[in-house]
Amino acid sequence: MTIIFDGLAAGMLLFLISVGLSVTLGLMNFVNLAHGAFAMLGGYTCALLLSRLGVPFLLAAPAAAATAALAGIILERTLYRRLYAATHLDQVLFSIGLIFMSISTAHYFFGATQQAFVLPDFLKGQINLPGLDVGIYRLFLIVVGLILAVGLQWMVSHTRFGAELRAAVDNPRAARGLGINVDRVFTLAFALGSGLAGLGGALGIEMLGLDPGFPVKYIVYFLIVVAVGGSGNIKGSLLASLMLGLFDVAGKYYLPQVGAFVIYAVMVVMLIVRPQGLFGRAAAK
Amino acid sequence: MTPVKLDLSPLRRAAAWHWAEYAFWLLPLVAYFVFPKNLALLSQIAITALFCLSLDLILGYAGIVSLGHAAFFGLGAYAAGLMAKYGWGDPLLGLAGAALAAAAAGFLTSFLVLRGADLTRLMVTLGVSMMLYEAANKLTDFTGGVDGLQGVDIQPVLGMFSFDLYGKTAYWYSVAVLFLMFWVARRLVHSPFGLSLRGIRQNVGRMPAIGAPVNARLVAAYTIGAAYAGVAGALLTQTTQFVSLDVMAFSRSAELLLILVLGGTGSLYGALIGTMVFMAAHHFLSDINPQYWQFWLGAALVLIVLFARDGIMGLLRKLSAPARTPS
Amino acid sequence: MQLTKILSAGALALATAAFAITAAQAAEPLKIGLVLPMTGPFAAYGKQIEHGVKLYLEKNGDTIAGRKVQLIVKDDAPGTAGDVSKRLAQELVVKDNVDILAGFGLTPSAFAVAPVATEAKKPMIVMNAATSAVTTKSNYIVRTSMTLPQITAPVASWAAKNGIKTVFTVVADYGPGHDSEGQFKKTFTAAGGTIAGEVRVPVRNPDFAPYLQKVKDTKPDAVFLFVPAGEAGIAFMKGFQERGLAAAGIKLIATGDLTDEDVLDAIGDPSLGVINSFHYAEAHKSPENQTYVAAYAKAYPKDRPNFMSVGGYDGMHLIAEVLKKTGGDASGDKFIEAAKGMKWMSPRGPVSIDPATRDIVQTVYIRKVTKVGGKLQNVEFDQVNDFKDPGKQ
Repeated sequence: MTIIFDGLAAGMLLFLISVGLSVTLGLMNFVNLAHGAFAMLGGYTCALLLSRLGVPFLLAAPAAAATAALAGIILERTLYRRLYAATHLDQVLFSIGLIFMSISTAHYFFGATQQAFVLPDFLKGQINLPGLDVGIYRLFLIVVGLILAVGLQWMVSHTRFGAELRAAVDNPRAARGLGINVDRVFTLAFALGSGLAGLGGALGIEMLGLDPGFPVKYIVYFLIVVAVGGSGNIKGSLLASLMLGLFDVAGKYYLPQVGAFVIYAVMVVMLIVRPQGLFGRAAAK
Repeated sequence: MTPVKLDLSPLRRAAAWHWAEYAFWLLPLVAYFVFPKNLALLSQIAITALFCLSLDLILGYAGIVSLGHAAFFGLGAYAAGLMAKYGWGDPLLGLAGAALAAAAAGFLTSFLVLRGADLTRLMVTLGVSMMLYEAANKLTDFTGGVDGLQGVDIQPVLGMFSFDLYGKTAYWYSVAVLFLMFWVARRLVHSPFGLSLRGIRQNVGRMPAIGAPVNARLVAAYTIGAAYAGVAGALLTQTTQFVSLDVMAFSRSAELLLILVLGGTGSLYGALIGTMVFMAAHHFLSDINPQYWQFWLGAALVLIVLFARDGIMGLLRKLSAPARTPS
Repeated sequence: MQLTKILSAGALALATAAFAITAAQAAEPLKIGLVLPMTGPFAAYGKQIEHGVKLYLEKNGDTIAGRKVQLIVKDDAPGTAGDVSKRLAQELVVKDNVDILAGFGLTPSAFAVAPVATEAKKPMIVMNAATSAVTTKSNYIVRTSMTLPQITAPVASWAAKNGIKTVFTVVADYGPGHDSEGQFKKTFTAAGGTIAGEVRVPVRNPDFAPYLQKVKDTKPDAVFLFVPAGEAGIAFMKGFQERGLAAAGIKLIATGDLTDEDVLDAIGDPSLGVINSFHYAEAHKSPENQTYVAAYAKAYPKDRPNFMSVGGYDGMHLIAEVLKKTGGDASGDKFIEAAKGMKWMSPRGPVSIDPATRDIVQTVYIRKVTKVGGKLQNVEFDQVNDFKDPGKQ
């Protein structure tokens, strides 16, 4: 039982750190490999607010998301916007450039070592039920993840903004013709994506650590989730994350010899069975 | 019934060597005399250029995006290293062995890779290479794991030229192999096989209509690309007489993709020029500022994308043909 | 008259010539090439080692045996790519004409460069890379850091002697992890202990939950942990606390790199009570170390001195002492001959270079992470004197 719970929590962590990318890459169709850089920004904001200014964690995490979103807006207005029409490969080149810059910048300001990070007391520890040990922070992650997933899914499919966004991505010209302010929609969507990245970075420090290498270290995980989940699909990302988390934790518990292979093997198999991802839009351009 | 006569002369004309290409291949000669003390770097540029060329074959010509190409580079590196360790230290034999090993792996994995669209391919190649990496990491008795493979004893090239501290042999050996492999690749892409690849890239739907077996062509291209990468890996092993686990690392695959996009895909020369520019910039910047050079490299990449799309080759093409209207 | 003129001219010529020679020798700078990971995942290694090297020069002056020291730092990031390190070392020798190669954060980099040192006959000072076999790869290698078996064995003997009967080993699944696991098992079982279980965890592993659960289910007296210092160690220790393994009376024992001063603050309180064996602690009580820590705090107020900085510091010390002995001659054979058997008082305690293996012989301490004046420190409470690398016996 505990293994299943831990697997779900691990999956939710994957979801939290990658969901921002499923907005930028999935919905907006921009290969933003620098996703981790926004997550790192959120992470540092949260860690510094906590350790230097003593801001409570529950405020610091949203503040981290806000900072990352703001950075997202600025970068979108100045740089990203020019590249929406570029090829995916150019976008890769561009966002790797940003990663390099972010790593050096973080290294310069915060040093190469891991950041100290202490959770508030009410999120520490475990609740022990018969046959099931529930880590409080893990439970917290699961709850936050679920709220986010439901909220985002609802936003994309049921709100005006969601509809405008989908329209703007599918056919910007037609969307413009319908009176949608495509530029504004894109800016907002990008801010949303980077804000989510920032939030994920802040929530992830406890388990993933935080140093200047963050954007590169976890890039593989972000991509795995988005690819397996199917692009542009919050539900898919959530399901993919949970499955990957479960398989990974269970694999490591029962077959520790092959622990490192599990997540990649699961990904490859899933992609071969469903090349478009779990809930891929078959006709994604 | 008279057989249809195909006029192949445009093909031949396209395949003829341009004067700029001759000039380009004088560069290695010039470099040898201008930078006699940087031969170690220059050989590694040549090796990376060959590696990049292999990615260009599959990405630029067959249109398969790969984020795991270091798998084949690494296989080649280990194949050559292990051969040398167990007494088969002849460099040319090592190259052949590496090419075979990598080609076999490329052929087998090509069937996984051909399914799905770009992102899926990206991730499948990545997944395959990560699994190979983990395997090499775990098999410490065989590969040396993260500490690296020891005892790689390479015999002199052609039995005459042994690898020296100054890197002269390494340099000429790498450049010669690069040139030969390039020459073959150039013929290949100008052959009907190469043209059919280009056709597949431009319009997959129409190719079967003209009788081109799409999948078979892609499998062949992917296998050849893998073999090229294997040779590059073997060269690295032989010139450094060491194999580190890092040859299979994700960062190497990612950096390679970066270099190729920087240089420009689908022209062969883009791969070579991209490598030269990237590695020279990397070397130069990290010498000036060993701690924060990445920042400037990143800034350069961002600027390049903003102002020079389609890589350096795209820029060169634009400069050399200003009269043409931009399409 | 004529004679004195000639004589004086001759004397003058001789004097100028002599002067020219000494001047040339004095002006000939001592070039030291430092090959270190300055960026990438191991940037902290490069930073600390460089700090140590520079601190020595600041403290003792940058002229050694009349030669001015010139450092050339090369970034061999990621530090695990032997081809990069080797190329940089070749360049240092061929282009920059360095007298001494030094640095080497990780084993593959030292392994790959060893043949360069042999061929160029340059002394190679390994200031961190810890795989036992490093010094056997070239006769020109001297190591001033430590070896993995050297810092692993003492904690195993200590555990066996102090009422720990069963141990669960958790090591990262890579070469150093396997070496450490092997050494621990060997020493611990030889002393009568039992291995209750063992697991190798992937190097890149964001979640230790399944392994911790496994340990909890096995209920050993202690867990022996060896993972790369950094986020893996931090995550493990946090999980160890969170899951109540510490509360269940399971001890955590490790090698000291896991709780080195550079990462200790990032782990925070979950590191309290971890027992480990290592060769250097910031809290080591000796006048040499007090001076060192004070000088370090002054020069690098943002960082804490750790074992890597001491590896660099001692490496530089060795270079200086050897050159004093050889009169400024840094040629490979003479340097190594002079370095063999060299003894000095390092901030970490007494150390010497084993003449047979050119590896370091030092005191290894058993420490416990404790809060001293509000700061987490590794406090020493037991020690093994003049401990040679057991990996080469």
